[in-house]
Amino acid sequence: MSYQIPKFRHPELPKNELGYTKADYEGAISTLCAGCGHDSISGAIIKAVHELSIEPHKIAKLSGIGCSSKSPTYFLGKSHGFNSVHGRMPSVVTGAAMANRDLLYLGVSGDGDTASIGLGQYGHAARRNLNMVYIVMNNGCYGLTKGQDSATADEGSISKKGEPNPFGSIDLPAVALQLGATFVARSFSGDKEQLVPLIKAAMSHRGFALIDVVSPCVTFNNTAGSTKSYEYTREHMEATGTVDFVPMHEEITTKYDPGKTRDVTMHDGSVVRLKKVDDSFDPFDRMSAMVALEKSRQSGQILTGLLYMDKHSRDLHEALATSKRPLNELTETELCPGSKVLEQINQSLR
Amino acid sequence: MNPTDVSNPEYFHKVVDCQYACPAHTPVPEYIRLIAQQRYTEAYMINWESNVFPGVLGRTCDRPCEPACRRGRVDEEPVAICRLKRVAADNKESIADLLPEIPTQKNGKRIACIGGGPASLTVARDLMPLGYSIDIYDNQRAAGGMMRSQIPSFRLPETVLNEEVNVILDMGVTTFLETEVTSMASILEKDYDAVFVGTGAPRGKLLNLPGLEEAGSAVHVGIDWLANVAFGHTEQVAKKVIVLGGGNTAMDCCRTAKRLGGEDVRIVVRSPYADMKASPWEKEDAQHEGIPFYDNHTPKEFVVEDGKLKGMLFEKVEAVYDESGKRSLVPTGEDWVFMEADTVLMAIGQENAFPWVERDLGIDFDQWEMPKLNKVSFQSTRPNVFFGGDAAFGPENVITAVAQGHQAAVSIDLFCQGKNLLQRPDPHTNLVSTKMGVHEWSYDNAVETDDRYIVPLVDLDKALSDRKVEVELGFDRDTGFKEAERCLNCDVQTVFDEARCIECDACVDICPTDCITFTTNEEDEAVLRTKLTGPSHNLTTDLYVSQALPTARVMVKDEDICLHCGLCAERCPTTAWDMQKYFYSVSKAGQAA
Ligand SMILES: Cc1cc2nc3c(=O)[nH]c(=O)nc-3n(C[C@H](O)[C@H](O)[C@H](O)COP(=O)(O)OP(=O)(O)OC[C@H]3O[C@@H](n4cnc5c(N)ncnc54)[C@H](O)[C@@H]3O)c2cc1C
Ligand SMILES: Cc1ncc(C[n+]2csc(CCOP(=O)(O)OP(=O)(O)O)c2C)c(N)n1
Ligand code: SF4
Ligand code: SF4
Ligand code: SF4
Ligand SMILES: [Mg+2]
Repeated sequence: MSYQIPKFRHPELPKNELGYTKADYEGAISTLCAGCGHDSISGAIIKAVHELSIEPHKIAKLSGIGCSSKSPTYFLGKSHGFNSVHGRMPSVVTGAAMANRDLLYLGVSGDGDTASIGLGQYGHAARRNLNMVYIVMNNGCYGLTKGQDSATADEGSISKKGEPNPFGSIDLPAVALQLGATFVARSFSGDKEQLVPLIKAAMSHRGFALIDVVSPCVTFNNTAGSTKSYEYTREHMEATGTVDFVPMHEEITTKYDPGKTRDVTMHDGSVVRLKKVDDSFDPFDRMSAMVALEKSRQSGQILTGLLYMDKHSRDLHEALATSKRPLNELTETELCPGSKVLEQINQSLR
Repeated sequence: MNPTDVSNPEYFHKVVDCQYACPAHTPVPEYIRLIAQQRYTEAYMINWESNVFPGVLGRTCDRPCEPACRRGRVDEEPVAICRLKRVAADNKESIADLLPEIPTQKNGKRIACIGGGPASLTVARDLMPLGYSIDIYDNQRAAGGMMRSQIPSFRLPETVLNEEVNVILDMGVTTFLETEVTSMASILEKDYDAVFVGTGAPRGKLLNLPGLEEAGSAVHVGIDWLANVAFGHTEQVAKKVIVLGGGNTAMDCCRTAKRLGGEDVRIVVRSPYADMKASPWEKEDAQHEGIPFYDNHTPKEFVVEDGKLKGMLFEKVEAVYDESGKRSLVPTGEDWVFMEADTVLMAIGQENAFPWVERDLGIDFDQWEMPKLNKVSFQSTRPNVFFGGDAAFGPENVITAVAQGHQAAVSIDLFCQGKNLLQRPDPHTNLVSTKMGVHEWSYDNAVETDDRYIVPLVDLDKALSDRKVEVELGFDRDTGFKEAERCLNCDVQTVFDEARCIECDACVDICPTDCITFTTNEEDEAVLRTKLTGPSHNLTTDLYVSQALPTARVMVKDEDICLHCGLCAERCPTTAWDMQKYFYSVSKAGQAA
């Protein structure tokens, strides 16, 4: 058993704008089960952040409890990290974001962590449009506690335990749409071509960005009867279209059929280019997204890709007019403006 | 691309870069692992089977394996493969019981080997255990060829050479020493079943410059001079010595001169320093002993006054390269340079010479006076005469002489049985899983990050005081272990079973050097290389391409910089990857086809 990843890397690894290679965004060697989908998502995060040329210290990774919530140890080893309590990651992010809006908040959670114990926190983070990327590594079970059916397990799905799940599942993107999330996507751990640009787009979005990633649990839920196995997911996946992420400084050269292609300029100047499969689907219309999700569900398919994006998203900082500067950078004069100001405040409350 | 046929023995052989590059295909990683396990005798015997002179080669090999070593592609320096071989030789126990038995009942076939160098000795080593009777003819006082007459004792102690030469002679070889063969016809008259010519490339080149004749005995052919030193005929040298040439012979000449009393010993060479033929480490060793190199100097003339050599004149040149990279040395136009010298040693190359082979025996020679040979069987145009070593295709090195000796022995054995010489025996191969448990392997798969260890040297003053003091002390056991741990175990192959793969990407994600890709296949290898996870530019290494997988993609592994760390196999949930140890050995004479 290896406890370390060998030091050597490909000698010709490409460098990003900061001069870093992908290796600079790696973490410790994974202790998850061999073949776990979560590790692939970690790989996709590393690739996305490297390609976005984000300085590692500008990112904070936060998670709850679960195999999925352990995974931040295995990527972005030079970023900030907070492994919180089961289901409580969103409130820790909320606090951190209020204190310092300069960091990119990457929440990593599982379907148990989010859809069971953390459902309330999840709903409120979405509703408040907390500026964060929220990745759910969704395996339809509680991996860490030996594979009990979770709230996202589909009705009738049979995990290693061998009994069909009697309950209907919670569809996390549908819940997020319902509660006002401003960026909603779904993907599959086994499809990095789709997942990496989605992560990049989510990271460029201002507001709550959910990516629900089907991420098979090889040990407990990759069975023949499971609807969250590698094989089932591959067979039932359909995509709303493809997403290309064009960084800010790159010129857009190729032209696309405007009926099917939409370019969205993000607040940081980068462009998200959507190529739709179906003309009737409109990813900027919440209703259209909800309908598409429901249609796909009824036909037994798993709809992936970008489902919804609000181009005019107004995040929690704007809503609350929070401090633009991190609290730890505020000086005593700003924090204790003196008795005159206190007097004014008191006056206004009379 | 077509799926890779890993059942072809050459596919995995090529992955073991060092072994593949070794002319004798020594199973390098296997012996390095044995050294790490302190199983020195076994490590020695693996070498002995392949290269016959592990003690000699562990000190002197040209080591083509090291530039090929995979570690050099990911780390600063390759594994010290050659000097590890010496660790095995230095620490081995008695090998007497491990040597092949020599039948007392001979097979009735008699073979003559002309020349007693490594090529002939290898032929004897391979044929004696099969019951052949071997006669070796050599014009020197003892067998060993240039290993004895040329490689100086400070690089190769006589005791080490004697031990390994005697192992072969003690098999019962008949030697005719101090016997110059002056006629091939006279040998053929003796009715040998086959004759092997291993006479090397014994003639040193001489530059016929103005003043050469007048300079007389102050000018020597380097290899003749070295032989005279080796056999004790020359014991000292004058104070000022110019060595002409930039190859390994020049390095041995100058270092020897320094030990025989030379005070101002210098190398003067036409080419720029970087283009000098000598191996980098030989240049380093000479410089370490305080020998200056004057490059870009073309010798023009010997300056002789009153019948005594005063020195030499040189023209300064500059290397100019044309578009095709071809070099020419163009005079700079400066005045000629005079350098003082009492003695000049010419080390500007060697050539073959076969004046003793009559040209009416059916042994054909080409326009360069080299024998016409079959490149595989080493058979000449006279069916019972074979050539090998430096005598076959010109001067090379000991390991090449050994490799050719093995092949010539195979041919001679087939020839004596009336079999087809071109139906060579297949190599012996063995591929076996190293899996010991879920994530346990029977090899040490952790990749150490140590830099290459430096071989300690004897004190410089001591080294220069006596030409017989060996300069290198060799690695001690501890350092040998640490250096052995740098080996990446390239013989432990990553073997892929597409039927098991669920395409979860775990191996792709974990691979530290981005070797693995799942993608759609391409007809054209060049196009497929552009689609790989890691940049794929080393066209000398292969792509391992699987059959189509359920998603219609294929697995493509670039063998180039795989660390053989086994992480792909550890992270694979279905054991679609397995780490399997591959043993490959070249078949020798007498081993079934
Ligand atoms: C100065 C020098 C240093 C070298 N250092 C190295 C080194 O460090 N590492 C390395 O790998 N290689 C080295 N080499 C090269 C290496 O020695 C040869 O390539 C190798 O020995 C060739 O082996 P061989 O069996 O073909 O012939 P040789 O070793 O040349 O043996 C041929 C023998 O045949 C004898 N002979 C020739 N003609 C006749 C005849 N007509 N009758 C009887 N006997 C005859 C010769 O005297 C000699 O003993 C060096 C060479 C030189 C010149
Ligand atoms: C408050 C609390 N309740 C219950 C647990 C036990 N527990 C640990 S992980 C887990 C479920 C994890 O499931 P999920 O978030 O889907 O992660 P996975 O392991 O499947 O990736 C539970 C119930 C806990 N650690 N803390
Ligand atoms: S790392 Fe070891 S096995 Fe690989 S080429 Fe180098 S010496 Fe040979
Ligand atoms: S052994 Fe496997 S994981 Fe390790 S470098 Fe080679 S392909 Fe990559
Ligand atoms: S880890 Fe194993 S199952 Fe997964 S993609 Fe690699 S070979 Fe296939
Ligand atoms: Mg889960």
